[in-house]
Amino acid sequence: MDLPVINASPAASSGGCDSHSCGSTGDQLSHLPEHIRAKVHNHPCYSEQAHHYFARMHVAVAPACNIQCHYCNRKYDCSNESRPGVVSEVLTPAQAVKKVMAVAANIPQMTVLGIAGPGDPLANPERTFATFRELSEKAPDIKLCVSTNGLSLPESVEELCKHNIDHVTITINCVDPDVGAKIYPWVFWNNKRVTGREAAEILIAQQQKGLEMLTARGILVKVNSVMIPGINDEHLAEVSKVVKAKGAFLHNVMPLIAEPEHGTFYGLMGQPGPTHEELQKLQDACAGDMNMMRHCRQCRADAVGMLGEDRGQEFTLDKIEDMEIDYPAAMVKRAEVHAQIARELEIKEQAKSAKLELVSIQSQKKPEARPVLMAVATKGGGVINEHFGHASEFLIYEATGIDVRFIGHRKTTPYCEGGDTCGDGESALDRTIRELSGCEVVLCSKVGYEPWGPLEAAGIQPNGEHAMEAIEDAVAAVYEEMRAAGKLDVKPVVQRKAA
Amino acid sequence: MALEIIESCVNCYACEPLCPNQAIYQASPHFLIDADKCTECIGDFLDAQCASICPIEGAILTELGEPINPPGSLTGISLELLAKYQAAVEATYQAALAAKSA
Repeated sequence: MDLPVINASPAASSGGCDSHSCGSTGDQLSHLPEHIRAKVHNHPCYSEQAHHYFARMHVAVAPACNIQCHYCNRKYDCSNESRPGVVSEVLTPAQAVKKVMAVAANIPQMTVLGIAGPGDPLANPERTFATFRELSEKAPDIKLCVSTNGLSLPESVEELCKHNIDHVTITINCVDPDVGAKIYPWVFWNNKRVTGREAAEILIAQQQKGLEMLTARGILVKVNSVMIPGINDEHLAEVSKVVKAKGAFLHNVMPLIAEPEHGTFYGLMGQPGPTHEELQKLQDACAGDMNMMRHCRQCRADAVGMLGEDRGQEFTLDKIEDMEIDYPAAMVKRAEVHAQIARELEIKEQAKSAKLELVSIQSQKKPEARPVLMAVATKGGGVINEHFGHASEFLIYEATGIDVRFIGHRKTTPYCEGGDTCGDGESALDRTIRELSGCEVVLCSKVGYEPWGPLEAAGIQPNGEHAMEAIEDAVAAVYEEMRAAGKLDVKPVVQRKAA
Repeated sequence: MALEIIESCVNCYACEPLCPNQAIYQASPHFLIDADKCTECIGDFLDAQCASICPIEGAILTELGEPINPPGSLTGISLELLAKYQAAVEATYQAALAAKSA
């Protein structure tokens, strides 16, 4: 079934619902033990640094689900939508293996294959494990991971260990059944559909048991939580504490995506998602207890490419059918590319630590200046290399007198493609300006004359002078310019209210 | 005595492995139940298994043609809201069709 997207009404789109901001401290992995860092250093979903260089893909082999979440609509399938659980083409395990090898040969930066849906991978154990089994034989240089709601996790742990899957993500939205009853209308358990509080109780018990079993076996566990304002927002700090105590190594708090046109319970009930500010505040609060992840892009269950991009259309079934893949040759090329990236990262790391020393000397001389948010347009590689008008997302950095910190990303419609895709009233430029609220500078490789004025009027200074420079260096340089010009002594220009 | 899967099925496979009689099979455009094999799970389970995991309201009917999971029973979305959503989807679909043929 192929449903068209309904244009969001202005009322719905002006809320915070389409907030996609995540964020992470610059060295989110630095406190981890060496053996864990070695496992995640080239995993784009776990390492903020890696996500600038390495790519991931999901294969949609798992259509069945054993629970219902109020933010999910099982009928939905649209290739224009990017959110979890949405997928265009369900694959057989054989098709999935072929697709993974085709992508790995053509995108050598692809290090990770995940199974994440569109249902729950562990509710489709035969299809999921057949895919893993064949891939671990045929493509041993690809990391395998799986994402689950946790209901069938305890009974799957043994099988997971067999396939050498060292990363598992569990979506845990609550540890209190009263909260859970507002998120999950039912679970399928012991041959029965169970509803209400009892359903949440079963799900929570299974998730916690599965988490304990995995960490006891040394499998890395990341916990995803969907932040649902008024339902579990205040509860998630507690979730963070509990899962950290049980050994989860990373917590990823994601914003609820709920729009009426998605046909979900929350979407139709008008349940708002969090604003950029609310999400960041909660992530900061949880960060006290737990290593937070802020660069998550909430990918589709069939996403292909770098985080934030989707090259799935290049690898549809009919296209991979015609591809001849010489995997042994591809593996050699992949190893070279990975080694090259590793060298680049090492050089960067050295330059960074040298600079840190310098900054710490300089910052002693300078008075405390206010922090500034800057938006950056990038295609990857850790440099400013995207035109303002072509960017479908902006990375957000916070500069202070002490350092530059990545705090998240915001999606938008590329301004140059705006017009015809964005129907009702608000132009693509208006939407981008609204999404960039709070930022004082936007750094890109180029920015046209037309958006320049409206950006300035909104208090966002366009800047194309740092094209191809490393993001952190450029942000630090612009911050320094602002300081020298006395712009940090005054409060930011009041931003124009979005039309 | 047999249940029936109708066109609102989204082909999610969830029911197929649960059937104690292997009465459910993949077909185009959607899964079907072999009426000769279906026992409605009587003697095996308290509830019909396919209807207990199916996420789509109205997709599985009793022998009398009544939905085992009527609208609103699984998602909690009221009939009124559901009708509004379906009207909006239909309107957009028709608009897209009109734009295509124009």
